[in-house]
Amino acid sequence: MSESTFPRTADSPALCTEGLALGYGSRTVIRDITLDIRAGAWTAIVGPNGSGKSTLLRALAGLTPPRAGRIFLRGRPLSHWSRRERARQLAWLAQDSGATNLTAVEVVGLGRFAHSGWLSSRKTEDDAAMRRAMQATGSLPWASRRVSTLSGGERQRVMLARVLAVEAAVLLLDEPTTHLDPPHQEDIARILRDQAHGCGVCVVSAIHDLSLALTADRLIVLGATGLIGHGTVREALAGDWLSTAFRTRVDIVELAGVYLWRPTLRAADAVAAELP
Amino acid sequence: MSAVRPTDAVLPGDVPSARADSRLVYWLAACVATTLLLTGASLLIGTSSVETSFGWLLTPDAQSALILWHIRLPRTVGAWAAGALLGLAGAVAQGVFRNPLAEPYLLGTASGAALGVTLSLLGMDASIGALAWTAKLGVTGAACIGACAAIALTILLSRGVLQTANLLLAGIVVAFLLSAVTSLLLLTRPDVWRSMQSFLLGSTGFLSWSGAALLGVVLCVCIVPAILLSRGLDALSLGEDTAQSLGLSLPMLRLTLLGVLSLATAAAVGQVGIVGFVGLVAPHLVRETITVNHRQLLIGAPLCGGALLQGADLVSRWIIHPAELPVGAVTAVVGGIYLVALLWRRSRHE
Repeated sequence: MSESTFPRTADSPALCTEGLALGYGSRTVIRDITLDIRAGAWTAIVGPNGSGKSTLLRALAGLTPPRAGRIFLRGRPLSHWSRRERARQLAWLAQDSGATNLTAVEVVGLGRFAHSGWLSSRKTEDDAAMRRAMQATGSLPWASRRVSTLSGGERQRVMLARVLAVEAAVLLLDEPTTHLDPPHQEDIARILRDQAHGCGVCVVSAIHDLSLALTADRLIVLGATGLIGHGTVREALAGDWLSTAFRTRVDIVELAGVYLWRPTLRAADAVAAELP
Repeated sequence: MSAVRPTDAVLPGDVPSARADSRLVYWLAACVATTLLLTGASLLIGTSSVETSFGWLLTPDAQSALILWHIRLPRTVGAWAAGALLGLAGAVAQGVFRNPLAEPYLLGTASGAALGVTLSLLGMDASIGALAWTAKLGVTGAACIGACAAIALTILLSRGVLQTANLLLAGIVVAFLLSAVTSLLLLTRPDVWRSMQSFLLGSTGFLSWSGAALLGVVLCVCIVPAILLSRGLDALSLGEDTAQSLGLSLPMLRLTLLGVLSLATAAAVGQVGIVGFVGLVAPHLVRETITVNHRQLLIGAPLCGGALLQGADLVSRWIIHPAELPVGAVTAVVGGIYLVALLWRRSRHE
């Protein structure tokens, strides 16, 4: 990563938005969002279905132009970056990365194209970056396998390796843990945290699972009406942002340093035990 | 591998991919060998009564040499080139539309070419002026122009190339529309209808050296940009958003590859008529036999398609010898059987 030029200091804004309004068709999903997303931290976007988590991520990735407002990538308006330059600074992981005929190493190699260009072949630094990414995600063992033959957890590691191989300053991930079993979800979360803390990358991800989202450094909480709050997990819990966002009581308990979402629906066993 | 320090070692995936490359080389060699065999065999089979033995092939008389050199050789070479173009067009279509059922004619090319040929045949009868004009253009030229016009209409109807679903729908609309116009025109002219048959069913019988040369040139022109953009197609297989986020210009990729698709299909349709299934089956055959990325597919599919159409051409000449079947009928039967077999094998796996 030595050739990368982005600053490794924590707390410097990597991605900012100013009065952002987003939507598609005739529907405006998000109004007037101003955010200041930092490098060196993992920020999780949480909110109910349809609150615009994916829409916000897509806009930050430059995939859909905003209705109003502006996005700044490392202090420069997103629209001022050239396509290639932006692709080197911003890596994006879609929610479902399609069935592909390619092998894992070919997929990871695609992450290097913003560096090596579409026509030229791979160089040594590309190989090194790919190796680092596959090591970080533990996907080296199945490097030569076809992605379509991998299990869901293995495939997601390969897709994550492709994103890491870009060696971008900002990682944007749309629900990277969906369809994975809980231990695999935790593995992905651990990789994301390592990237943020160890490499100083700005990691932003939409996360569906509340307990998992609370392992992140910071939260962006979206409600049906727009942004509820943006801050540390502690701030979010103190302000009870989640209850506001989901419009229902969201109970979070702390257990040995782990925040857990407690459902109100009690276990069937417990209910049965109380019956006379 | 394990003895090497991990940081210095090549990526482990590179070793098997080198193996896959050697498998590709074997496979391509098999394709080329088949092509050469078919070329040799095709020189021995034909409707005329020239002797069909190897000894005769080595010392032919003047008339037989004429048949060999001016009829059979251009026909088989042209059939190969047309099949290669269809295979390439099919592979490009399946990559651009991210759909394994995409085929070269999906933008309305076939119907457009049919309408072009119909108009030129009707025009020959209509007036002396039109006759001179269509004679200069030729049936193949008319087919090519019709195919290009159909693609232009499709792109116009879908308002650009950004929405693949719109493009597919517009292609279907254009195909139906132009077929309807062709049918209406032919309704009143049964004589033209008969001469249209050979075109509609596909025929390699009219290929000359100039036609074969044209196909060869178009093949060279088409295959270079397609292979240069093959990594773009790889990226596209991960989804359009992902491809875009990797720094790829989606409109540029689509426009170039649709240009390749159109040119390849229009040229093939112009020379051999509407030959179905080659463009659909060739990429599938490659994918079924070797693990492929798009670079390998775009090399393999033309070679496979060429051999397929050459084989079909040979069968069409040989099966009811000395008469001939339309080559499109042969490819339809063989291709259909292959796809059904593929379907059955897939459903058994699931």
